[in-house]
Amino acid sequence: MTGRFAIATTLSLLLVAAPAPRLASATPLVADLSDHLIAITTDFTGTDVLLFGAVDGPGDVVVVVRGPVNDATVRRKERVAGIWVNRESVEFRAVPSFYAIASTRPLDEILDLPTRMRHSIGIDTLRLSAPEAERSLLPEFRAALERIKTAEQLYRPDVIDVTFLGDTLFRADFQFPSNVSTGSYVVEVLLIREGEVASAQTTPLVISKSGIGADIYQFAHVNSFFYGLASVSIALLAGWIAHLVFRRI
Amino acid sequence: MQVYLPIAEMSLDVFLLLGLGGAIGFLSGMFGVGGGFLLTPMLIFIGVPPAVAVATQANQVVASSVSGVLAHWSRGNVDFRMGGVLLGGGILGSTAGVFIFGVLKSIGQIDLVIALAYVLLLGIIGVTMLQEALRAMLRRRDPKPPVRKLHQHIWVHGLPFKMRFRKSRLYISALLPIGVGFLVGLLAALLGVGGAFLMVPAMIYLLGMPTTIVVGTSLFQIIFVAANVTLLQAVQNQTVDAVLAAILVLGGVVGAQIGGRLGGKLKGDQLRILLALLVFVVASGLAYELVATPDELYSIAPLGLPL
Repeated sequence: MTGRFAIATTLSLLLVAAPAPRLASATPLVADLSDHLIAITTDFTGTDVLLFGAVDGPGDVVVVVRGPVNDATVRRKERVAGIWVNRESVEFRAVPSFYAIASTRPLDEILDLPTRMRHSIGIDTLRLSAPEAERSLLPEFRAALERIKTAEQLYRPDVIDVTFLGDTLFRADFQFPSNVSTGSYVVEVLLIREGEVASAQTTPLVISKSGIGADIYQFAHVNSFFYGLASVSIALLAGWIAHLVFRRI
Repeated sequence: MQVYLPIAEMSLDVFLLLGLGGAIGFLSGMFGVGGGFLLTPMLIFIGVPPAVAVATQANQVVASSVSGVLAHWSRGNVDFRMGGVLLGGGILGSTAGVFIFGVLKSIGQIDLVIALAYVLLLGIIGVTMLQEALRAMLRRRDPKPPVRKLHQHIWVHGLPFKMRFRKSRLYISALLPIGVGFLVGLLAALLGVGGAFLMVPAMIYLLGMPTTIVVGTSLFQIIFVAANVTLLQAVQNQTVDAVLAAILVLGGVVGAQIGGRLGGKLKGDQLRILLALLVFVVASGLAYELVATPDELYSIAPLGLPL
């Protein structure tokens, strides 16, 4: 609830500031998130993050949320002797684990393709390279990558609404599903005027495992031998306790 | 109530998992099978990545075999010398299995191999169980005992390195139990099963052990093989989910006790047929998924896991 409170205060401060005469030094765009840290705890089922901010005049607002990049292998199944088997594969470098866009209007009404390419706004503008793959395979495999990521709700090809409250204040809601990757996310807020980026601001967003789940994950990956020993010991103990308990009943 | 599984990296309903563990435990208590061969495919059905399902299942097998072996030990039904020799093969087999698992995972074929192996194994088990149950029913109607030779001599008895197993009243080549242990260990690592469903018939028919000793001895060595698999999977593939294992163990031990109690009171044959049918259903479900045209031909595997 502290996030709500912070938004309320910020919004009211912005409202107070809005009617004041515009100073030359005032930034045309300010924005912030309701949370800068999403903690994945054992009861995590996904979460919403609110982006809010203000602009100093007319214009469109576009927000791009990018997740940390990873390499990813995309495989295609083919029927071999009646059974579906993984055959061809393409390794993509630096694939964003999450990508979502919010905008006040459809993107093609605000920006032309070259500008979108320059600022990499839109899933179609992502530069996904696969240096070792066969050229002819790329379009299909890339489409598959986008399709699967979209089905997992990690890519949002449909633009999320940025809504204006009055002339200056705006907000957008972003949903993060439970399978979201951990790491540093970048939230880029752009103010678009006359087809050009007039102002931009980036805000970091960190998603990390927290609590016992994080400790287990860390333990499993950093001290994997002792994690294995611990898992086995717990199982041995559980079996022994079960034997003791149920012998008496 | 959803619970986030830190290694599988997904949320699942805790009561669904408890119920699944309990139901499989119930079956295992009732029929004296480990239940791993049913639990792993079930976990895969509800969306757990196969690699995590297999490794975590091995951990669960440790717990269920310990509580089983203690019960048999108190009745003196464990041949530790035979168990030790089987274990030698089992450790070799399971180590090789975890290594093969890692290789298959990196070339993207592990899911296929797991599914294929399960279809094959469950198919064989289903047929065998159905046969045995039907034969038992027929035998009850026609109570003439089948004539069987006391001791059959086949080529396996000509192998070298003979050893005496006092408790099992056997004098056979050590290569035999080592070989059986190796094969079962290999399967344990690849499929996350304890392997009792293979080990028990092999011990009875191939090694010729007395049936009273078989279950306890097989459970005894399964503890160590499953522990070895858990440890190696944790080190090499980081696929053991402690939270998932804990929930399954909890459901499993309770289910097994209830199943064990009920199993003693109920008539076995009809239940055996039911279990055989259940095995068939699981096998055909997996087989169907192998043959049916998938909705999505493509899949994504992350390369390096970021910390």
